Parts: sequence; C-alpha cells; structure tokens
Amino acid sequence: MILRFYKADLHIHTCLSPCADLTMSPKRVIERAIEEKLDIIGICDHNSAENILAAKKLSSDEITVLAGMEITSIDEVHILSLFDDTDSILDLQKDVYKYLTPGENEQNVFGEQIVVNEYDEVEGYNTRLLLGATSLTLEDLVNKIHLLGGIAIASHVDRENYGIINQLGFIPEDIEFDALEISYRITEEEAVRKFPQISHYPLITSSDAHYLDDIGRKTTSFFIEEPSVSELKKAFNKKEGRSIRI
Amino acid sequence: MQKKKRILLDIKKTLDLNVLFGDDLLNREIECGYISDVLSNVMGKAKPGDIWVTYQGHPNIVAVAILKHLAAIIIIGGREPEKGTIKKAEEEKIPLMTSELPAFEIVGRLYDMGISGLH
Repeated sequence: MILRFYKADLHIHTCLSPCADLTMSPKRVIERAIEEKLDIIGICDHNSAENILAAKKLSSDEITVLAGMEITSIDEVHILSLFDDTDSILDLQKDVYKYLTPGENEQNVFGEQIVVNEYDEVEGYNTRLLLGATSLTLEDLVNKIHLLGGIAIASHVDRENYGIINQLGFIPEDIEFDALEISYRITEEEAVRKFPQISHYPLITSSDAHYLDDIGRKTTSFFIEEPSVSELKKAFNKKEGRSIRI
Repeated sequence: MQKKKRILLDIKKTLDLNVLFGDDLLNREIECGYISDVLSNVMGKAKPGDIWVTYQGHPNIVAVAILKHLAAIIIIGGREPEKGTIKKAEEEKIPLMTSELPAFEIVGRLYDMGISGLH
C-alpha cells in the first residue's frame, strides 16, 4: 500500500449549470484542471448530471473525474454528491428530475444549460428548471446518495445562499454527511470560529468554479492510495493512515 | 390595526388549520407572529411568544421554536413536515399545524384577527 497526496477540487460546475460561464465545457474544464495540477476533480452541476458522460470520457491516468451533482433539497440546501461511476449518478438524476420544481428554464433570466460532448460539440440544451429545488428532504437525499454508493457533502456551509447553517439554523446531527464544504471565501480557522459546530465533521474546501479561471482557486489534499470514492471516505474517517489537508 | 390576544384554538378554527400536534395546548395565547423560511433569521429575529409561519418542515424548526420560546408553528403551502419533526414537536410540546393555504393568505387572516408583526 502506497499512500500519497492527491490534490482535489471536488466542486466544479460546467456550462450545464445556468449560472456557469459558457466556456465551461467538460473538455476545457479538464484541460484547465490539468494545468492547475489537480489530480481529482468533481463535476457537480445543479440538479443535473448530463455533462458527466463527456467529462468521464476525459478521465485519465493524469486526472480522475468523479461523477457528481449539486442537488437542492426541499429546504433549499445545496448538497454535493460524488460517485466513481456514471451509472449511479444517472440513477440519482432520475430521482432528482422526478422531484425537481416543474417548469422550463428561462434562458434569458437564468442562463443557458448546455449539454456538450467530449469533443466540445454542443449536443443540446437542457430545458428543465435546474436552478429550482427538489422536494426531497435532506434525510431522503443523503440516504439515496449513500444507497447508491456515493459521498454526500453539504456545500459551502458558511454561505448565506443555500448553505445549510443559514437555511436550517444549524447542522442537523442525525444527517450523516460524509463531510462539509467550506467555501473558497473563508479559511478553515475563520469558519470554525464562526460556526464551531462544523469542527465535528471532516472539512473540505473547493473552488465552486463557475468560470475557468476559478478552477483550483481552493483545493483539498487527500492522503490516499488511489483516487476513488472509497478512498475519499477512508480519508474523511481517518482510516488506515488516510487523511485530509485543506 | 387593533392588536388583540387570541388563543390558538380560535386561530385554528378561523384559518382551518390541521393540527399535527398540540390539541391539548390550544389555549395558548398569541399576540404576535413572525414569518421566515430562513431558520438562522428566525433564530436572530423572532420573539418569545410569536406564532411562526414557515414553509420549512425539517425537525430543526422545532429546535428553533424551543430556542426562541415560540408559541406555535404553522407550516404552509401543503408541505408535509418530516416524521421526525412531528415526533420532536410532541416531545418538546410545540404545537405544530399545517395548511394548504399560501403564506400570504395565512398571515393576512392572522392580521385580520389582531395578530401583529410588531411587539
């Protein structure tokens, strides 16, 4: 067993997210991530995983792409889900679509939701209201993610918009988050001082990139054997010598 | 408006609320109310004795109600709270009621009854 540090940015959007820049195609995101010397990235678009297929095809020995989604719970809390494989995320996407606010995206208001293949070609536009919320409770959502073998992380817990502490006052202790993400805006020390409760959880930080230039602005280093979800879980739990550094 | 103290039972009847817990607590007197779906905001701004109108249904709403000594919670818009929320309301003796009506209508009717947003 050889453990080493893997530099990870687990929260990156693509042009499928209406609020992300149009240049954020899977191919360009991954090229930039390689330039930033990242070893692992998580592609997490809002309530959809339709650019994951392309992104996963670009996963290589040089960079590992985890299949993710940033899902909005009924409480309007953002939750990151991360998986090794596309099948699980597509299963989860079915549920998310089933429970998502009905309606069509208004491109002029929210932005375009572009599905792009691995060659940088536009395959189509997602017309769902991806900036809406699902009617899934946090408990249901986290259980679904775990049943499918994924990791559930509460996004940017220090943020007012869609952060769990703002929405729900404090972090419900019975929800089994694998970790919490603190936003790129805040240091670990500041975050823990402001929200002492988060010190009971493994913490990560990431870029929450909506523009190519954002990629890698904050990263988390995982001391693990290989870039996989099961290894990340071990690192969260400090098992078998694994650890995290932010 | 003329502020007026009302008991929960009158509010329940006038607003046609569904009582999930608190049938035995409907003699509580209410004079003021608060509305917000952002729990950190409720923790900061709601006042003891307020009746709280919200769309949130997570068990944390009960914890916030205890923390702020709120008189009761009305969940609006037809949202069914989580099972854990009802259980917690029972344990903590916080009256928990629901309505299919939207928040604006609920608050309007409370105001008509003499329940104020200002202490």
